[in-house]
Amino acid sequence: MRATPSRLITVCLALSALLLLALLVGLWLGTVSIGPGQFWDWLTGHLKGASAIILGQLRLPRLLLAALVGACLGLCGAVFQAILRNPLAEPFILGVSGGAACGAVVSVLIGLSGLWGQAALAFGGALGTVGLVLAIARRRGSMETSTLILTGVMINAFFTALIMFVISTTTDQKLHAILFWLYGDLAAANLTKVALLLPVTLGGAGVIFFFARHLNLLTAGSVAAASMGVAVERVKMIMFLVVSLLVGVTVSLSGLIGFVGLMVPHLVRMTLGHDHRLLLPASALFGASFLMLADTVARIIISPSALPVGVVTAFLGAPFFVLLMAKRGSRWW
Amino acid sequence: MVVKRGPIALSGQGLGFGYGDSQVIREVDLSLAQGELLGIIGPNGSGKSTLLGLLCGLLPPNAGTVELLGRSMGSYTRVEVARRLGLVPQNAELAPGFTVRQTVLTGRFALQGGRMFENQGDLAVAQQALVDTGLTGLTQRRTGELSGGERQRLALARALAAEPQVLLLDEPTSALDLKHQLGIMQLLENTCARDGLAVCLVSHDLNLAGMFCHRLLLISQGKTLAQGTPEEVLTPDLLAQAYGVQVSVDREPSRGRPRVTLSAPRP
Repeated sequence: MRATPSRLITVCLALSALLLLALLVGLWLGTVSIGPGQFWDWLTGHLKGASAIILGQLRLPRLLLAALVGACLGLCGAVFQAILRNPLAEPFILGVSGGAACGAVVSVLIGLSGLWGQAALAFGGALGTVGLVLAIARRRGSMETSTLILTGVMINAFFTALIMFVISTTTDQKLHAILFWLYGDLAAANLTKVALLLPVTLGGAGVIFFFARHLNLLTAGSVAAASMGVAVERVKMIMFLVVSLLVGVTVSLSGLIGFVGLMVPHLVRMTLGHDHRLLLPASALFGASFLMLADTVARIIISPSALPVGVVTAFLGAPFFVLLMAKRGSRWW
Repeated sequence: MVVKRGPIALSGQGLGFGYGDSQVIREVDLSLAQGELLGIIGPNGSGKSTLLGLLCGLLPPNAGTVELLGRSMGSYTRVEVARRLGLVPQNAELAPGFTVRQTVLTGRFALQGGRMFENQGDLAVAQQALVDTGLTGLTQRRTGELSGGERQRLALARALAAEPQVLLLDEPTSALDLKHQLGIMQLLENTCARDGLAVCLVSHDLNLAGMFCHRLLLISQGKTLAQGTPEEVLTPDLLAQAYGVQVSVDREPSRGRPRVTLSAPRP
């Protein structure tokens, strides 16, 4: 689909409607059932008591955090896929999320356990890993699938070992929380976290969208992009900085939620095509809806207990990954 | 034959490139005038593609200078170069999943400035590039579904969509059948004559280069062996020196340009 302003507006409106729908579904569904009447009362500000607390202080922050995290992950997947020129590239698979998680765990170890400290070290971990991935991809300007997967497996193996080492040195009572967090958990969501992630997401998304046409050319290849006027190295640097920031902050707030950056851009491409001027905003909005719905499933599927949302995305994403790998070279990319 | 030449669009003086002892390009001088079609020929590994890389500013030379439209290449930013000079690399790098029309439109990048979307002007230029390269029947086809020759023509269409004053091409006809070889060369020839486009192409096809190029540059082991009209460059002696094979040269009938034929006595 050719990108035009009117199509961009249409796509954004349609996906915003989906976003709103996902939000309402997420507020509605849960272990404690909320009737339509109560829900209406809450919307109009007349609901008091436990139901009001569940809606306003548990479900709403959790859904808002899910939306922001999903938007970030969808965007980051699309950017990685464009710059590494590989449809399987994704922060989790590449090990960038693992690097961020490692940074966050280290921040707990050295006592920097505040939100900002944790986010800063996770950003550092993501940045270091991105630098490593970039160095490996540098020679060709793109990344072969086998290199990508093996690099990711090795980076993840290393960080898993490092994280296990750090966890082994901490007290038992924290273990459950850390393990849940490692699998990607939104249960600890609150409005402070939402307030931290909101400006990061909006800023990052704005910068990435500004470079949409550059990313279109970079997917063709470095030589083609440079010959058509893209300052290739500078654009790649900016993108990697922004993506590291988004992944770092996201992981520090919600842990390792995998495969969202893989599935979301692909589903968008299948319907809207590959032009980043449509792909990027659509991936952000659809990623937000996708993770809100996935987290709602995680909350209700083994009710009254709850799953980490990363388990749900992995159940969906891992088969998706295998399917994509088998279909590589066909119309999906 | 004296060829009247226009103002110089692109020139290289004393160009050198290489690492340590292995110099890929040594002391190459060349100039390309507006409206001129220059062919770079030479054996495999003689440095033709490297020379093209130096001329388009993607490779920084170790020695010498490149001037584009009267200014040194280093004084331009990447996007400023792209507004003046187009490149069609040997392996057409095309974005996967993009349609033919979308790909040609991406060629407008350097001229769009901060504009996020194409305007009517962009669409018209892209349409003309599709017509010129014979791709109008394939506009909705995705790049992954194209043949080698179609990819090559699409890469050319994308470069033409940027309306360059100088166009560099690395083996633009290598994957094309006879009809499309002729079509592309005639397109380049006509655009040179009509718009004053300066074209520099690398080719292995000596006869095609000799037929259409105004001048030829023969390089061997990174050095200039000969430079001049096709009649001056395509001689049995020079070609034997460059390629190490015996050839005979006569005239092809349609234009009277030199025609090179391999000589291989029966064993």
